[in-house]
Amino acid sequence: MNTLPVGPAFALSLAAYSTGALASLAIWRKPALCRYICCGSALAGASFGGLAAVLGILQGAPLRWSISSGIPLFAYSFDYDALAGFFNLTLAILAGAVSIYSFGYLKEFEGKRNIGFFGFLFHLLLLSLTIVFTAANAFLFLIGWEVMALAAYGLVTFYHEDRETRRAGLLYIVMAHIDAGCLLLGFALLMQVSGSADFASFRTAAGHLSSSQQAVAFVLFFVGFGIKAGVIPFHIWLPAAHPVAPSNISSLLSGVVLKAGIYGMTRVFLDGLGVLPSWAGLLVLIVGVASAVLGVLYALMEHDLKRLLAYHSIENIGIILIGLGAALVFRVAGHPQLAGLALIAALFHTLNHAIFKCLLFLGAGSVLHSTGTRNMEELGGLIRPMPVTAFCFLIGAVAISGLPPLNGFVSEWLTYQSLLAGFGATGGLTRILFPLAGSMLALTGALAAACFVKAFAITFLALPRNAGSRSAHEAPRSMLVGMSWLAMACVALGLGATWFLPAFDALTEQLLGQRIGSNLISSHGWVLSAGTPHGGMVSTSVIAIALLLLLIPALLVVSIAARRFASKRGPAWDCGLPGLTEDNEYTATAFSKALRMIFSVLYQPRREIQTVFDVSPYFPKAIRFESEIEPTFEKRLYVPLKDLLLRFATRMRAIQAGSIHAYLAYIFVTLVLLLLFGVRP
Amino acid sequence: MTGLIAKAGLQLVLVLLVAPLLGGIIKTLKARLQTRRGPNILQSYRDIFKLFRKGMVIPETASWIFSATPYVVFVTAALVGLMIPMTATDAPLSLFGGVLAVVYLLALGRFFLALGGLDAGSSFGGLGSSREMTLSAIAEPAMMLAIFTVALAASSTNLSEMAKVAVSQSWKFLAPSQMLAFAALFIVLIAETGRIPVDNPATHLELTMIHEAMILEYSGPYLALIEYGASIKQLVLMTLVVNTFFPFGLSSDWTVRGLGVGLLFYFTKMLLLACLIVLVETTNAKLRLFRVPELLMVSFIFGALALISTFLF
Repeated sequence: MNTLPVGPAFALSLAAYSTGALASLAIWRKPALCRYICCGSALAGASFGGLAAVLGILQGAPLRWSISSGIPLFAYSFDYDALAGFFNLTLAILAGAVSIYSFGYLKEFEGKRNIGFFGFLFHLLLLSLTIVFTAANAFLFLIGWEVMALAAYGLVTFYHEDRETRRAGLLYIVMAHIDAGCLLLGFALLMQVSGSADFASFRTAAGHLSSSQQAVAFVLFFVGFGIKAGVIPFHIWLPAAHPVAPSNISSLLSGVVLKAGIYGMTRVFLDGLGVLPSWAGLLVLIVGVASAVLGVLYALMEHDLKRLLAYHSIENIGIILIGLGAALVFRVAGHPQLAGLALIAALFHTLNHAIFKCLLFLGAGSVLHSTGTRNMEELGGLIRPMPVTAFCFLIGAVAISGLPPLNGFVSEWLTYQSLLAGFGATGGLTRILFPLAGSMLALTGALAAACFVKAFAITFLALPRNAGSRSAHEAPRSMLVGMSWLAMACVALGLGATWFLPAFDALTEQLLGQRIGSNLISSHGWVLSAGTPHGGMVSTSVIAIALLLLLIPALLVVSIAARRFASKRGPAWDCGLPGLTEDNEYTATAFSKALRMIFSVLYQPRREIQTVFDVSPYFPKAIRFESEIEPTFEKRLYVPLKDLLLRFATRMRAIQAGSIHAYLAYIFVTLVLLLLFGVRP
Repeated sequence: MTGLIAKAGLQLVLVLLVAPLLGGIIKTLKARLQTRRGPNILQSYRDIFKLFRKGMVIPETASWIFSATPYVVFVTAALVGLMIPMTATDAPLSLFGGVLAVVYLLALGRFFLALGGLDAGSSFGGLGSSREMTLSAIAEPAMMLAIFTVALAASSTNLSEMAKVAVSQSWKFLAPSQMLAFAALFIVLIAETGRIPVDNPATHLELTMIHEAMILEYSGPYLALIEYGASIKQLVLMTLVVNTFFPFGLSSDWTVRGLGVGLLFYFTKMLLLACLIVLVETTNAKLRLFRVPELLMVSFIFGALALISTFLF
């Protein structure tokens, strides 16, 4: 095949993002123009980036560009292989949708906020993500990583006048630096062995790693990338930071920035550290299960729409890690075919989650934009004023709950298949973990469905609960276009999964040495199989067609039956009260009450009811109800850790007395120690 | 292709015909065990037919979700009915969706049913939706473990493959793992079809009802579709249980003779399972809502033990 112009497209996308960043800053005084430039250049960058990714995936063979920087260990080297192409494709799909959406969304910033600065950070985030996904040099990667963290920090704290926002930003930046520190140490360890900062040299040096070095590097990278991906127990920053950012940014943070952690894990665990022992894979699997189950259980207790979505990101990262962990175990057990199945499940879920989570955050953004609140208890009935937003949100809700025939179902199905195959393929007692993980995945899926029934129904159905939701209006057209594009992607990737999966061929060949994507397709592309002769099979396209075919007689029968008596509108049953009001509706808190009681060991719920009455408690004048759940990880893990750190810092204050003589002495002693260290042979 | 369509059409007719009958048989058996006369076996057909001839009242507060729900519930249940082996080992659409698709399609129906319950804005609907989604979530892992135990034995989630393997070792249900998996799945069956001791399909008492609370606002043809869908779901789950654990008489082809024998065995097995359900329903009182998770936990432990005992035997 001729070489396709991947390089030029990639360079153009980098150029568009850089120009956009600088241009936004330059014309920040003209908000309207700035909005056009900001969204236009981001869209251009995303289009070129998407083109490069598609061409790169079609090309199959990895491409490499490198520019020497003159600084030792540092070079501007980019590696555009199948993995990079895949993550760049994810980024491009989301960046395109978000930039179209932002066109309408940023309009309310005009005259109130600095769109120029917003645009600068927005482009910087996209640029740094592109660099992170393609960098082939540890330092370039870390610079991209740090710029990404800082740009994200700037965007999270964009509404900085709010105290909650500033606190969330602080938590985020602290966690981001712990993670950068872990990565720096991990790369330092690899550089010490390989003598170079180039990713290719890590690959060749992986064989020389002793098993303890490999273990240390694995733990460092797992913690580092795990913090970024928001896996439990490193997740506490995520539900704080994602909801307070502007909604178009929340969607990118949950959609792609978390995926940078997944990218890092895939790159390092499957490509850079050699073949990891099976305990590493099992650890990833177990952490994945814990994140999935706890993430969705915490999501269920939320009635802040955006924080609920943020907790679901933790859940879905968990599902991705289940696939990734299974892939690592199968690889070391000598089953590249199964490892490929699990890896495809993980990466396909990565793409799917990016798309539907972005869609849901954009939908939540439209709701917030229209009603001014994220609190579901104040919303309701939005399906009438906002039909398109509601429809798009429903598609996202069905997809994230893993229901057929949309894309979430396909990737969860692949994950189940890899877990079931894992039972037969591995030996020993640990293999019982695979079906157990499968059953926990089932629990996660069912709880996610419950949670999205709540999220959709309380927000969009029944009666509006406050003035904001009564006077709600549909979002501007550009926002609807952005959301519809992602909703269509959910449907297309669900129904057309069998036509998309061969795109993973090059990726699995590169990482596992076998082309596996096409193996999963049978019956001329109509049926998805688990890759074994009599294994499981499913076809979302046939399911969709069959559902439509069965719908025809049902519609016919009902329409004939309904011709006899016209259906009429009447009041819903109100128990004989004078009419149904929003006070009779089930609330989000009430909906999750049953689960709060069942899982009370985890939640440790506390509630307080105060009744004001004159004569008898049966005739109350006013009731105050308060309910909260215990933030277990914050209270039991992070608060003690923080206290310990502060105590240590107080002790250290003794040597920071402010005397210049003492400081000079410290410098001298340090210098002598360093010289001794350096001179030592 | 024509063969496929013919098989699918045949099984669809079978599913649509048998599903209400099964509900009628259970009702009658239950009444007899309680020394009542009970309704006619055909009463379920009459009920559905009656509902199709009634006008509908749609709540003023409801949106299009309310109207879409009955179709989704009915259509997903009917599709699932084509994916499970009833009389022959190869189900018409088993190639296009195995046991995972069955579970998730039923979940799609439930998702919309819960939305429909909340759409009218009355407290009853929300109450039903909340309970339904909660209990089904707790039942899900137990169901999956039981299904995995069988699927691992067949190393496939394709229901026809599972049935074929089961037929080749018909007496395997005596193995401890199969018995435990059956016990787990039976409890899930009780929960999923809304029967005593989990839910009581015969009452409209707000303290106890689950499924009936969700569909309280539905009337006329919409209610008929939902009731029909629910009866198909019951048929499907019961068929799943009898044919995975007791695959006797499943014919390997779609010949007339095979189908006749298959049908005879199928009805016998279903009747026996219905008797078991009736026995459980009559001898137990409905559990308090918050005792139900304990029952489902028992089911989960059965499932886990089933899985572990596949190591041993």
